[in-house]
Amino acid sequence: MIKTREIKDIVFPGDKIETGQLKPRNGIQRGEESNCTSQYFGVVQKGEEFIDVVPFNGSYSPRRGDKIIGKVLDVGPSMWTIDMKSPYLVMLHMNDTPWKTYSGELRKFLVPGDYIFAKIMNLNEVKESWITMKEPGIGLRKLEGGTIISVPSPKVPRIIGKNGAMINMVKDATSTRIIIGQNGLIWIDGEPEHVQKAVEAIKIIEREAHTIGLTERMTQFLKDNKGENHGNAQ
Amino acid sequence: MGTPSDMKLIDENGRRLDGRGDEELRPIRITTDVLQRADGSVLMEWGGNKIMVAVYGPREAYPKHTQDIEKAVIKARYNMAAFSVDERKRPGPDRRSTEISKVISEALSAAVMVEKFPRTQIDVFIEVLQADAGTRIASLTAASVAIAAAGIPMRDMVVGCAVGKVEGRIVLDLSKDEDNFGQADVPMAVLSKGKEVVLLQMDGDLTMEEFDMATSMVLNASERIAEIQRNALVEKYKGENYPEIEGSEE
Repeated sequence: MIKTREIKDIVFPGDKIETGQLKPRNGIQRGEESNCTSQYFGVVQKGEEFIDVVPFNGSYSPRRGDKIIGKVLDVGPSMWTIDMKSPYLVMLHMNDTPWKTYSGELRKFLVPGDYIFAKIMNLNEVKESWITMKEPGIGLRKLEGGTIISVPSPKVPRIIGKNGAMINMVKDATSTRIIIGQNGLIWIDGEPEHVQKAVEAIKIIEREAHTIGLTERMTQFLKDNKGENHGNAQ
Repeated sequence: MGTPSDMKLIDENGRRLDGRGDEELRPIRITTDVLQRADGSVLMEWGGNKIMVAVYGPREAYPKHTQDIEKAVIKARYNMAAFSVDERKRPGPDRRSTEISKVISEALSAAVMVEKFPRTQIDVFIEVLQADAGTRIASLTAASVAIAAAGIPMRDMVVGCAVGKVEGRIVLDLSKDEDNFGQADVPMAVLSKGKEVVLLQMDGDLTMEEFDMATSMVLNASERIAEIQRNALVEKYKGENYPEIEGSEE
């Protein structure tokens, strides 16, 4: 059965946005005389204070302080080259890691193909950025084991939910460990069937990020599918 | 252009060869996300034209000397398949396709917010599978949809249409024969909301009055084409395309 589902307002590049009392923020171009237009093909999202246009697709644009998941591409004498699914490659210097490293011995710690969870430390006008793994207490590390999946970065906030509500729900229901990078890479670890369930849930959130009432539907979905978690064991 | 011919392009009732009126467009169909590995893609069918567009990026520009420290560069590549025209076209870039690639890149640069992505390139691959007059404008219209679908920020959408002079009359959206045996062909593209002209070329001659009339016809048609662009983009995200999740019904 196919039911019509309510969706948020869809806008196109150049469309006028009625901001009302809200302040325009991401994805909105401010013209003269509070004439606001959309920069993206996406949905309008109204918060308590701000109004945004969230695109359906798009690459990750690095911001200072974001925690991201990156893939090691290359090892140099004192730096690793990291791909974080943005238009730009990023460097990780050996002094920005928690390990005691020496120049030329970087391969002992990270080799091409490894994934890391790191934080964007610095960013300049031409979008060159540097990342660090040194800050303690926020879980920055090399990601060992687990599965990596990729979603468009504009969908990340919806997958995390308000204060992590959505992702915690998925974690609890599927008993997996999940780390989300702001750039749209997601690391999931746990029993294979649990991981599979979590991936399925995240794909649904990704596909329906622009619909209304998604949280309730996900609660129901995860509740209904809980019983299958141990299906393979029997 | 202006080739002497005894071919009758407009009949006594004022209908054109394919039965259209002066301001009638050929049927246009746009399908988005037809290629999985592209960031944005479009299949454009405009009359007899069939054009595939794939957009990649923004990604770091290579070779490095093509990078612009202040903005992204748009690299459009217009290419006609060998089988796209009646007589086999020698494959590869030629004078005509190099020119079209250039004017399309420039038109798109006016719409895309290139200043947001310094040092990068945005690749727009345009493959003409079947050509039937007006391919440059159809390609540009399709490329604009593909860029929007790729989630690249834009000031406005680009929409275009050709207009020309056939047997002394100004008509919209020339067909192959009208293009070959007519007196003028003017491809024109504008920003869909702002109405700024981003592409304008002219082959043949028009008087000032004829040109003004041609311009207003294109502006008029651009509204209709823009609507088709929007419908194509939104198709995938319409509410009814989402079946209820299994098990979520009571």
